[in-house]
Amino acid sequence: MVKHHLFWPLVMLGALLLFNLLYSPDFFSVQMRAGKLYGSLIDILNFGAPLILVAIGMTLVIATKGIDLSVGSIVAIAGAMACMTLSKGTDQNMLGLVLSAVGIALVLALALGLWNGMLVAAFGIQPIIATLILMVAGRGVAQLITGGQIITVSSSAYKFIGAGSLLTLPFSIFIAGAVLLIAALLTRKTALGLFIESVGCNPEASRLAGIRSRVVMIAVYMFCGLCAGIAGLLLSANVSSADGNNAGLWYELDAILAVVIGGTSLSGGRFYLLGTVVGALIIQTLTTTIYMIGVPPEITLVVKAFVVLLVCLIQSETFRKTLVHRFKTRRYPAEREVKRHA
Amino acid sequence: MEREREPILQMSNIHKGFPGVKALSGVSFRLFPGEIHALMGENGAGKSTLIKVLTGVYSIDQGTVELARQRMAIDSPQAAQMAGISTVYQEVNLCPNLTVAENIFIGREPRRFGRILWKEMNAAAEKLLLTRLQIRMDVKLPLSAYSVAIQQLVAIARALNISAKVLILDEPTSSLDRNEVKQLFEVMNKLKAEGLAILFVTHFLDQVYEVSDRITILRGGEFVGEYLAKELPRIELVSKMIGKELQQLDALPREKEAASAAESAKALVIEAKALGRKGAIEPFDLTIRKGEVVGLAGLLGSGRTELARLFFGADRPDQGALRVNGVKDGITSPREAIDQGIAFCPENRKTEGIIDELTVRENMILALQATRGWFRAIPRKRQDELADEYIKALNINPPNPEQLIKNLSGGNQQKVILGRWLLTQPKLLILDEPTRGIDVGAKAEIQKLVLKLSGEGMSVLFVSSELEEVLRVSDRIAVLRDHVVVKEIAEDEMSQQQLMQAMAGE
Repeated sequence: MVKHHLFWPLVMLGALLLFNLLYSPDFFSVQMRAGKLYGSLIDILNFGAPLILVAIGMTLVIATKGIDLSVGSIVAIAGAMACMTLSKGTDQNMLGLVLSAVGIALVLALALGLWNGMLVAAFGIQPIIATLILMVAGRGVAQLITGGQIITVSSSAYKFIGAGSLLTLPFSIFIAGAVLLIAALLTRKTALGLFIESVGCNPEASRLAGIRSRVVMIAVYMFCGLCAGIAGLLLSANVSSADGNNAGLWYELDAILAVVIGGTSLSGGRFYLLGTVVGALIIQTLTTTIYMIGVPPEITLVVKAFVVLLVCLIQSETFRKTLVHRFKTRRYPAEREVKRHA
Repeated sequence: MEREREPILQMSNIHKGFPGVKALSGVSFRLFPGEIHALMGENGAGKSTLIKVLTGVYSIDQGTVELARQRMAIDSPQAAQMAGISTVYQEVNLCPNLTVAENIFIGREPRRFGRILWKEMNAAAEKLLLTRLQIRMDVKLPLSAYSVAIQQLVAIARALNISAKVLILDEPTSSLDRNEVKQLFEVMNKLKAEGLAILFVTHFLDQVYEVSDRITILRGGEFVGEYLAKELPRIELVSKMIGKELQQLDALPREKEAASAAESAKALVIEAKALGRKGAIEPFDLTIRKGEVVGLAGLLGSGRTELARLFFGADRPDQGALRVNGVKDGITSPREAIDQGIAFCPENRKTEGIIDELTVRENMILALQATRGWFRAIPRKRQDELADEYIKALNINPPNPEQLIKNLSGGNQQKVILGRWLLTQPKLLILDEPTRGIDVGAKAEIQKLVLKLSGEGMSVLFVSSELEEVLRVSDRIAVLRDHVVVKEIAEDEMSQQQLMQAMAGE
């Protein structure tokens, strides 16, 4: 059981959740009010949904030995594009308008993913640099779309995406769940997952085995862009506004962290979608916890970094081995001799 | 005579298991100063595991390791190095974009106040190479400027630099040509005379008898015996390694179907006219018929691999015409080649063949799945059947389809890659050094397989540095020298003599 890739992430998540009990004894309670469920756990799922989405896309990119730093910017651009389209309409509640706003934003997100994929796969730019370009430029693009303003919209249909609820649960959970399901089906029921892992592990051998590595990589960056776009819609719909400057800020880092905590290696190859989801939930729980226990706002980042370090150390096999090794006594006196001679 | 001396290294009753595999069970090994000791065994015999135990990569489950009569725990590669055990691995693992001197001294550069003394370092590197290995070279050039053979010697120099008592050479000769091997052996003999204990792993029997004093044989993770090289006849060594009777060895495929006149009427699978690529291979003509085995012989770097890659679309030709299956159709990518029924087992198994983090099953179905595209996934049940079928047919060990391929020995990895291509039922199978770095038994199996496949109508392009092997399997041989196809030898005039002359250009 300890060997299972979900073991340590789940232990960490459980520990974090339990820790909250110290501060709020009713942390695990969920109540039904006006046909909706309320409670900290529901909040974590709800607010964690955008991060889960971004992290799912990031998982596949990282599995190809890549990385996508531009997801935060795509989040901002998608939100800005949707809100901009909505605000141009006469009746913001018109279903057609909302759908076209969503559609335009998602197509744009896909196109941005294509841009990243082309830079990486067709032009051979290292992923970290290729996506850094859009990370930097994307904020500017989002500002251009919104004209430098924070755009507010008043569309209950649009708001539903980020703040509505379905079957007593926040709608965002269903979106994240659906994307997770699609990603899992796409990668595990088709051969795409095998190709992604193969390309990430050894691109040259994959090419010689007949896999079109470039196409796989471009597809993966596009999917990542799309996921970030959906996350952007959730975030902007939740607050009914688009802020080109701050929407999705630092999301790329949280997403990468979630992927790594979930057990997917940055050196590509095997990937674990469920691990990533648990990783994202750990980060979201951590954020919630920090607010709940009243850490002064100016040092929240320090606390967060510290806990993340702890999580990563516990996950590291090398670290665990070293710890175990420390507790063992030295068996052979000669070992010391040998080291001294050198 | 040597019996009176103290062994510098004594490993006793070593046990090491992996999940599902018992890699070593009760193996003993000893090494005397001033000797070259060959460690022999088939793939999966436990040679690599034993070496990794010795170099601190693996920890042992049971047993003792004594160095100069002191029991010690080698629990990390650093500990092994500090104890004076240095290793040069089969694949040179140095940094190609650093200079030769930097590679030798990396991590222990001469310093003063934290500043690296470049001049002293370069001078020391030059001196080390000259006095101990007798090679004179510009140590300020990047390592990649030199051939693999020289890189190997630099790796040895690096190992010597760490005050070594025991030097492990794991398959050092597998990518060297005849002269380079000779140069390496001179170095080895010199180091031996200086009192160094050398553990030498190779699959070339000639080389074992050329330099070794003593031989230890492993089979299936067990200790078979330790012998003085001069007291162990070659044929006995082989039979001890594979654990079979001598007669069975002689049954290696030697008979070949007689090439008849009817053969020439058979369909052409490959027809290359003035095909070439700048800097890789000069324009050449070559045809391969259905069911024919064409050998490519030539020294290392003569353009054999470059030629084979053109047929597979791994590289694109920049001149000439290539006709595949009678259709004029320049192949521009491996994918197109596969669709045309061409398969390619590359020379570098590790970097171009295996996907090391994936399982045997996944590695096997990869090419077949690639031809089917993303959405027509091979059902899991079918995958299991295919994997089981080819594991059995190719005698892959351990026969576990869910084992990660990186845990298999080199020969078994090679068989998995072969299985990957046989699954696609190719018309032309290109084998680039398929038996490199693998043992006698697996070698014979692969040769047999080639003959069987060609009997079933598959064409094979067989690239190998071992003349004997090329002669044994080929119907026709094309000889390369310095990136030029210099000669085509038909079956009736094939002999080692002929081949050697053509390769050497006499």
